[in-house]
Amino acid sequence: MKLESKTPDAPLDEMWSTHREHLRLVGPRNRSRYRVIVVGTGLAGASAASSMAAMGYKVDSFCFQDSPRRAHSIAAQGGINGAKNYRNDGDSVYRLFYDTQKGGDFRAREGNVWRLAEVSTNIIDQAVAQGVPFAREYGGMLANRSFGGVLVERTFYCRGETGQQLLLGACSALAQQTRAGNVKMHTRCELLDIIVIDGRARGIITRDLVTGEIKSHSAHAVVLASGGYSNVYYLSTNAKGCNVTATWRAYKKGAGFANPCFNQIHPTAIPASGEYQSKLTLMSESLRNDGRIWVPRHEGETRDPNSIPEDDRLYYLEERYPRFGNLVPRDVASRNAKDVCDQGLGVGPNGRGVFLDFRDAIKEHGHDTIAARYENLFEMYSRITGESPWDRPMRIFPAPHYTMGGLWVDYNLMTTVPGLFAIGESNFSDHGANRLGASAMMQCLADGYFIIPVTIGDYLSRHETDDVSGHPALQDGVLKAQQKVDQLLAINGTKAVEDIHRRLGKLMWDECGIIRSKTGLDHALEELPKLRDEFWNDVRVAGTGKQLNQSLEHAGRLADFLEFSEVMCRDALARDESCGCHLREEHQTPEGEALRDDESCANVSVWEYQGENNTPALHHEALHYNELQPTQRNYKT
Amino acid sequence: MKFNIKVWRQANSKDSGKFESYTVDNISGDTSFLEMLDALNIQLTKNGGDPVAFDSDCREGVCGMCSMVIDGQAHGPKPATTTCQLYMRHFQDGAEITVEPWRATAFPVVRDLVVDRSAFDRIMQAGGYVTVHSGPKPEPNSIPIEPEVAEEALDAASCIGCGACVAACPNASAMLYTSAKVSHLGLLPQGDPERKHRVLSMVEQMEGEGFGSCRNYGECEAQCPKEISIKFIGMLNREYLQANLLDQANPRGKMSPQ
Repeated sequence: MKLESKTPDAPLDEMWSTHREHLRLVGPRNRSRYRVIVVGTGLAGASAASSMAAMGYKVDSFCFQDSPRRAHSIAAQGGINGAKNYRNDGDSVYRLFYDTQKGGDFRAREGNVWRLAEVSTNIIDQAVAQGVPFAREYGGMLANRSFGGVLVERTFYCRGETGQQLLLGACSALAQQTRAGNVKMHTRCELLDIIVIDGRARGIITRDLVTGEIKSHSAHAVVLASGGYSNVYYLSTNAKGCNVTATWRAYKKGAGFANPCFNQIHPTAIPASGEYQSKLTLMSESLRNDGRIWVPRHEGETRDPNSIPEDDRLYYLEERYPRFGNLVPRDVASRNAKDVCDQGLGVGPNGRGVFLDFRDAIKEHGHDTIAARYENLFEMYSRITGESPWDRPMRIFPAPHYTMGGLWVDYNLMTTVPGLFAIGESNFSDHGANRLGASAMMQCLADGYFIIPVTIGDYLSRHETDDVSGHPALQDGVLKAQQKVDQLLAINGTKAVEDIHRRLGKLMWDECGIIRSKTGLDHALEELPKLRDEFWNDVRVAGTGKQLNQSLEHAGRLADFLEFSEVMCRDALARDESCGCHLREEHQTPEGEALRDDESCANVSVWEYQGENNTPALHHEALHYNELQPTQRNYKT
Repeated sequence: MKFNIKVWRQANSKDSGKFESYTVDNISGDTSFLEMLDALNIQLTKNGGDPVAFDSDCREGVCGMCSMVIDGQAHGPKPATTTCQLYMRHFQDGAEITVEPWRATAFPVVRDLVVDRSAFDRIMQAGGYVTVHSGPKPEPNSIPIEPEVAEEALDAASCIGCGACVAACPNASAMLYTSAKVSHLGLLPQGDPERKHRVLSMVEQMEGEGFGSCRNYGECEAQCPKEISIKFIGMLNREYLQANLLDQANPRGKMSPQ
């Protein structure tokens, strides 16, 4: 597997503009002769599909939900970064680049990260032009807030529903292009496989979730915008339907999978409450701006939290990290929460929770100010828990949230399979070993609005506008997908899909979650094949394949998670260092911080499929630091 | 807790459908309504039955995918709450709960509790956008917007497109949904140039999809999980009237050949 990053040979701040100026173009008259498939309609997928369609390409857009607007980007709450420096607090493209690289613990490509920071300002302009109602100040100017891990205020927001508004903006552009006939929308339609002809991605196989029909679609390029794989943990902040299938199928067709063990655990989710818990709900990280995180200082505390005096409260983040306090990066906050709970200081059911307290903020800023900032989040919390954050501290606990790993892509966002692109959360490119708050939406929209529409032209311009819709590889793909569906339906065992998924989740959370160790990962690698066998021998998928069948959908996705989880554990084992979200028990500083190994691990690990039952091959892309030398992250002083 | 669930079963859009009753036991009050249905489905699967099909995705009240009428109310008895954020502690132990799909001509049943809401997407496609291509745009602060206006636009834009308003309306009208988008974009300077076309085109599409007319019952607002205000229907009516009274010439014009 050749890993050519295609990073342009130019100074960092001129890289993107130089690259753009030298890319080959497809002329406006020829664009409609090219057909592009976009899988997924979240921020990356919707913005890419609408942007390419508006340029004149013919786009087929796919989502498994009943409407593109329901993709899980809709649930992003807090905000989106943009290096506008509206607050005059010293922000700049360089500083956003610096924060992203440092936050990612120096495991991302400098060129990609710089480009992300550079186009961040265009995204805000684009969204406002679409009618996204960002928060404004009294004078009518855009408002900003600060977000975890940084010392400037550069985050733009719409109450706690920024993702919803940005996605509705992107989907409105998609709707317009659908009406104009440039996009053909395929809703309730799930990708089952990717078709490679003569070494190039030329189409996909899908199942119509209503009729069960399995079909092929051909194109000149395929763009995956299928999101992340946090649902490997069963309980995560992702939507129920989020899955690894599209990227996993791509991997099995030759696309390298990069850094699968990099999974961000978000520090502020509502703790799980019972055995039927189906997902974890995130509370926006922006709450950490005003809320103070603490646990009782002594084990066995039984008093009501409000009556615990100051001296008996352990504000562990403020004590351990005086400069950043409650605003330390996500992995640091998550790890510390687990740490205090492991010491027996946790609160709530099973002691798996810590307090996030607004008492002092309400006292300082007044009820109205706090309400203006967080009212809808407070409401959400009370709705779920039946407790009011106005009266008693919230309880929070870390939850799997975002996956930095994904398909390996070059500077043009193309995977190792020519013609197969990956954008948004489905690629690995910009966040290194840990993503900065409010940067996910920024990356999705940077990829979709500004990068892929340009880079895909360079690829397409080198290829004919030939039609492969009659190619036997497509019929073969349909047949194989049908066989897999039949196989799932034929198992007819005794276990519900849900049960096995829950057990997979627990295993991965225990052994490949917040803290990993060789012993734990070896154990997981022993257990996973057994669980997979149990699935293929004893699961029961009710109903038929010729109807809407949600158990069948879930079973297909779980089958892929059961394979994928093994590569994830292998990656965690192979990365013999700690960095960002990936904390190996064996590699910590005396203070319990992640200890990187820049000598031998300053790289991207990329896994290549070697066929069923064979161990995948591991390749490395070396990372080069020209602008910013890696330093030990230090949020203490 | 224990519940008797009377749920609508319908194999496909052609089937006539009927209610079936099931019992679920050992449910804690902190279980969400959908998790209770998950438990029912696991029970059905293990006993050789067919699980109940229902839509859900984000399960945090924002994707708008979940859609069921619970005891006669869209998204159930708790105001401003989607089904996925409705918890069993709001029901009496031992209660019988009736669960049905959205019922509207424009939302045909796909299976059990799942309906086809693509009519909503077509209304959006008819004009729920500002025409902008991707690329460099003006500096946003060059067009100041009063915070009150931005907030009101956001109130309207908060619609999650679930369709509860249609399910709640005795006339199955989609006015609240349509008006939310017309108002969101109509309130902002960015939406101004296309306002006439937008309201006319969206209303035309809405009527063509078979939704009923608005008769001011107000049930839409009462059952909307995002509390979208009925005042936006007033705004839509005003926009519609103005657009009809004003010049109807094609605003886009045509470029004549040179």
